[in-house]
Amino acid sequence: MTARARLSPWLLLVLPAVALIGVMYLTPLLRVLWLSVSEPSLGFGNYRLLLTNATIQRVAGTTLWVCALTTILTVGLGYVIAYTMVHAGRVEMRLMLFCILLTFWLSVLVRSFAMLLLLRNDGLVNQLLLASGLVDHPIQFVRNATGVVIGMVHVMIPLAVLPLYAALRGIDPALMRAARGLGCGPLRAFAYVFWPLSRPGLAQACVLVFIFSLGFFVTPAILGGGKVVMMTEYIRLQFEQTLRWGLATMLASSLLLAVLLMLGLASRFLNMRRITGPAA
Amino acid sequence: MIGRTAWPVRALAWGLVGLLVLPFLVIVPISLTDRAYLSLPDHALSLQHYRALFADTRWGEAFLRSLIIALCAAAISVLLGTLCAFGCWRLAPRTAHAVRALVLLPLIVPAIIQALAFYRTWSDLHLINTYTGVILANAILAIPFVFIAVSSALSHLDPRLELAASGLGASLGQTLRWVLIPLVLPGVFSGALFAFVAAFDELIVVLFITTRGMDTLPKMMWISLDYDLTPEVACIAVLIGLLTIALLLAEFVFGADTKRQAGNSPH
Repeated sequence: MTARARLSPWLLLVLPAVALIGVMYLTPLLRVLWLSVSEPSLGFGNYRLLLTNATIQRVAGTTLWVCALTTILTVGLGYVIAYTMVHAGRVEMRLMLFCILLTFWLSVLVRSFAMLLLLRNDGLVNQLLLASGLVDHPIQFVRNATGVVIGMVHVMIPLAVLPLYAALRGIDPALMRAARGLGCGPLRAFAYVFWPLSRPGLAQACVLVFIFSLGFFVTPAILGGGKVVMMTEYIRLQFEQTLRWGLATMLASSLLLAVLLMLGLASRFLNMRRITGPAA
Repeated sequence: MIGRTAWPVRALAWGLVGLLVLPFLVIVPISLTDRAYLSLPDHALSLQHYRALFADTRWGEAFLRSLIIALCAAAISVLLGTLCAFGCWRLAPRTAHAVRALVLLPLIVPAIIQALAFYRTWSDLHLINTYTGVILANAILAIPFVFIAVSSALSHLDPRLELAASGLGASLGQTLRWVLIPLVLPGVFSGALFAFVAAFDELIVVLFITTRGMDTLPKMMWISLDYDLTPEVACIAVLIGLLTIALLLAEFVFGADTKRQAGNSPH
């Protein structure tokens, strides 16, 4: 079977893409990994900084809790939207889907910029709050973790809704009808039937959102205003200002390995293929 | 049907969807402000900032540059991504799985790491600050979108069509040209649009592999966010948004309905 597959003309079709990605993408990535153990000297000296350097640990800590908080909020709110979409009529569903896809495809830069205009001290939200007399001074929404989390949740929600919607649609509605028929109230039917069945989908969405949050760059930079330094921003600083390639590539490699490890674990325990593409 | 969602949940969901769209809705009136700084219009709507934007040739050049880059990158990724999706469709599962993992890698690797990797290799190959370099990087990053869209269209295709064609004496090239590609054309179209949008919007990699004189639209916007927040930036944001809406509508009309398919086929 494998011998025949190797000779298959279908293999020729995948060759151009595989060659381009292999030579011009995978090799550069591997060089980054290699630099992390060879610059400035061969060995794991750069990685030792993970254990000893307080700044790096603080940045890693910030990254982890901001991403964790983002993930919880995103998946929680995304669940509400996906749940409503699954139970909505056709028109309502399509309308919601269009709004979600529009936000999904709208440039992250544009969205974060718009968010900044809403949330900054003389932004619209604060103008509304001041005009309504609810507050005396503008509330600081940007240049801190609040702004970063709001912005990241906003960007991430479509990414959570799409897989959640696919997962929740797979739950047989007859099960809920059966539970109701057997005397369950709507809340009990949800808690004992729908919720447990939706947990695998929720776990998938969490992994996906967390992984993508780790790599976020534009939103924290714009809404954090340099005050909330996440790992990606810190790597850029090492690259642009101090030219410490060893340190920058070590942090990049650690981030990459963390992402791949999480994805590997997730695909072991969850059916991730539904997300990475509806493969044949 | 198990009936509608309870109204508080439904209201919350619509509120959230409203919040998702709100920031974009708000920058439209801001871009039409009659004041000299970023704010809602005071007395009347004004097109003055759009006029200033079009008068400034730098923005026009950046738009053209982004357009050329995105079109070329999308063309390359459509060609390679489509062929690759076809190959994976008929390859032995184990090989197909390995190919799929490689081709989808650019979706998963955080952008900052790709940026470092491209920068390092592109400097060695003298591709920094060249069209070739930017187009190549964007094409690689866009391949997964095409691959997913075409694979999804293929997964709804009866594999016996290919057998029938080859049984009737068609070569692989003929089978592709006359049978398979026409059948998945909507998927290819969706993939092309997504690849174009992704390449048009790419920022981080472009920031790393270009210097002066190679400003794309997102890069110009990024730079002006750092230095001077003028209403022209809001105009640019609105125009990028309108372009995205237009492309997405085209996808809804002509493209493969991948969303509904994704919902229907949980394999």
